[in-house]
Amino acid sequence: MISFEMPQPLKQTQNVVKTVAENMMRPISREMDENEHEIPWEYIKFMHTATKAMGGTSMAPEKESPEKAEKKEKRPSINYQNLMVMVEMLSWGDAGIYLCTPGGMLGSAAVAAAGTDDQKRRFLKRFQGDKPVFDAMAMTEPQAGSDTSAILTTAELDEETNEWILNGEKIFVTAGHKALIDSDGFIVVWASLDLDAGRAGIRSFVVEANTPGCKVTKLEEKLGIRASDTASVVLQDCRIPFANILGSPTIDKSTKGYKGAMETFDATRPIVAASALGVARASLEFVQEKLKEEGIEIRYGIPRQKLSSLEREVIEMEAQWRAAWLLTVKALWMADNKMTNAKVASMSKVKAGEVASKITQKAVELMGPIGYSRENLLEKWMRDAKINDIFEGTGQINKLVVARNILGYRGSQLR
Amino acid sequence: MYSFTPTEEQQMLIDAVGRYAENDLRPAAREADEEAQLSRKLIEKGWELGVLQASLPGEYGGFGDYSAVTGVLAAEAMAYGDLSSTLAVMTPNLFVLPLLFSGTEEQKKNFIPDVIAAEWKPYSAALLEPDFNFDPHQLSTTAERVNDHFLLTGEKTMVPFAADAEAFVVYAKWEDKTQGFIVPADSEGLTAGENQRLLGVHALPLYNLTLDEVKITADRLLGGDDGHDFKPHLASSWIALSAMAVGVADAAFDYSRDYAKDREVFGVKVAQKQAIAFMLAEMATEIEAVRLLTWEAAWMIDERKEKAYQQAYLAINAAVDMVMTVTDCAVQILAGHGYIREHPVEMWMRNGRGFANFTGLAMV
Repeated sequence: MISFEMPQPLKQTQNVVKTVAENMMRPISREMDENEHEIPWEYIKFMHTATKAMGGTSMAPEKESPEKAEKKEKRPSINYQNLMVMVEMLSWGDAGIYLCTPGGMLGSAAVAAAGTDDQKRRFLKRFQGDKPVFDAMAMTEPQAGSDTSAILTTAELDEETNEWILNGEKIFVTAGHKALIDSDGFIVVWASLDLDAGRAGIRSFVVEANTPGCKVTKLEEKLGIRASDTASVVLQDCRIPFANILGSPTIDKSTKGYKGAMETFDATRPIVAASALGVARASLEFVQEKLKEEGIEIRYGIPRQKLSSLEREVIEMEAQWRAAWLLTVKALWMADNKMTNAKVASMSKVKAGEVASKITQKAVELMGPIGYSRENLLEKWMRDAKINDIFEGTGQINKLVVARNILGYRGSQLR
Repeated sequence: MYSFTPTEEQQMLIDAVGRYAENDLRPAAREADEEAQLSRKLIEKGWELGVLQASLPGEYGGFGDYSAVTGVLAAEAMAYGDLSSTLAVMTPNLFVLPLLFSGTEEQKKNFIPDVIAAEWKPYSAALLEPDFNFDPHQLSTTAERVNDHFLLTGEKTMVPFAADAEAFVVYAKWEDKTQGFIVPADSEGLTAGENQRLLGVHALPLYNLTLDEVKITADRLLGGDDGHDFKPHLASSWIALSAMAVGVADAAFDYSRDYAKDREVFGVKVAQKQAIAFMLAEMATEIEAVRLLTWEAAWMIDERKEKAYQQAYLAINAAVDMVMTVTDCAVQILAGHGYIREHPVEMWMRNGRGFANFTGLAMV
């Protein structure tokens, strides 16, 4: 039955995380933004302790083993929906600080999705330790962003030592510094087993902190989400154990492995959408509160030709925000119910990325000097929001995914 | 718990309505539009699907319960076939649902069963007025209470089937509020004008309706002596129109997508060009977004959520823009061929513009 009732556990998450956001994030939001590359340790330690106390190890829902799934009652899972609310509210607090949350983000998601049981034990256990640990995904290279099949980082097997030797340069590694330098974490590196094999040769590899030959060479200075580090990582004859490859070590003609890796996007893209919506929600609420303070009421229900320009903008912002939110919750509801969700997942990312950019930009405009001033957070939110239309697949890449999906085209048919 | 799956019963209804839309309404739509004439047989067939009848309890002659969610699902599925016929099939909703929402028990029992039990008959409603600054909350048509009756005076426009109607719900200003009145079609002082000629929905017979001191007994005010809250009527209309906008947009999307996959350009299919593929991706995304907004508003109405009215308003606002953009894109994708009346997309574009002006023309 069609229902839009937010489940009780989600409401709880929303309330709890909001409190965290209000107390641990908002008060340091401006300071963190003005002092790029500083690390919000207090927040990080708090989140680590809190996550541990709740028995969690990772933000990404774990894939259940078949026995465990069977034992459970038939109630459908809401793990991804819960994650959505969490990410939304953390980003409502501060999108940059949210990206500093320890305990398993994109890298863990890849291990959880494609790793063997042994790999999960080896790599994911560290999040349960006393100290906060980070992970990161290293995909982009200077010459290859959206076109991940064009990556040049190589993985060569040394049969004598049974090690992979990685060589290449990765950029735009979110939390790369925290994963490799500030904690005992790991990064998941995308590399090619055979550059001539194209996509079929691409695999991902786990590179742990303190591995010789793996160096953080640069931290980017950015428009927004400044609390989050964006690292360059150079791999120079970086040797890792054979067992650190995620997926099959042999190349067959199929691009199954590549596609499998791409499928993790079906879960992560709506989560990025959720982050976008959190920032947008903060901006929208700022505008609504300000209007209330000034005694300006939005007259819902009157015909459009009678609305003031301001009312029309706010109504548009609200409707578009909600529309994007609903696409996102639908995508994650599908993920929770094990339905194929690539189309809606990308739709939610396209829509939320766009909507969040527009809402935050509009909010700065509508609030005039107050919006533009660094005394308030609106201008920061506008800078923060923009990343969501860029990372985890630009709006255009996601549009391409939607287009291929609705047209039934393969990549070769719609480039 | 969130869920986006209709019940089995709803799915059966969607399927049945969908078949009717595709097999009956769509093939007849172009000719109906050109001739400005709807087939009565077709309307009756749609009526026999029992969408309205199934949303009314047995005591009023129906065989179900009201559900706004079921209503929007059916409205979308039917409008996918053709908007004019959908508005026609659902015209009795405009009479029955205001009674269901706001009527006294006596009014419901007196007026609903006759509409429901019979074959389709033109029971209608009159809300719109011929003024660019029309505002459903500030009507020019007035109701004046004189002893045991009301006198209704004013000018209404775009009233479905006004010339042949059995009865209307006429909306008028009374004590500074918009109120619905049950008005038999043979009332003195009630005059239907010429069949109106509009940008779209050519097949739907719409008329001006003049009320010159139309005298009705006091018990014809919906809700009895104190009248009623008008908001649920508007919310019902907004979600119905949003749902139909989604249906029309979806029709335009499917048609232009199929065309783009078929048509060759520079050695590839048109759809293989990103300029076109991206338009289609945006259309699909916007349609799904507004569909969800509409569903949520309908669900909120069913659950009697406080902000249902506001949500329905957000939905129609988004729908009005979405359906215009999507139908315009469909014409653009077919380009020269889209402009030709051999293809239906130009008709959908004309119908699409109407949603900004159809308040009160549909209800679920």
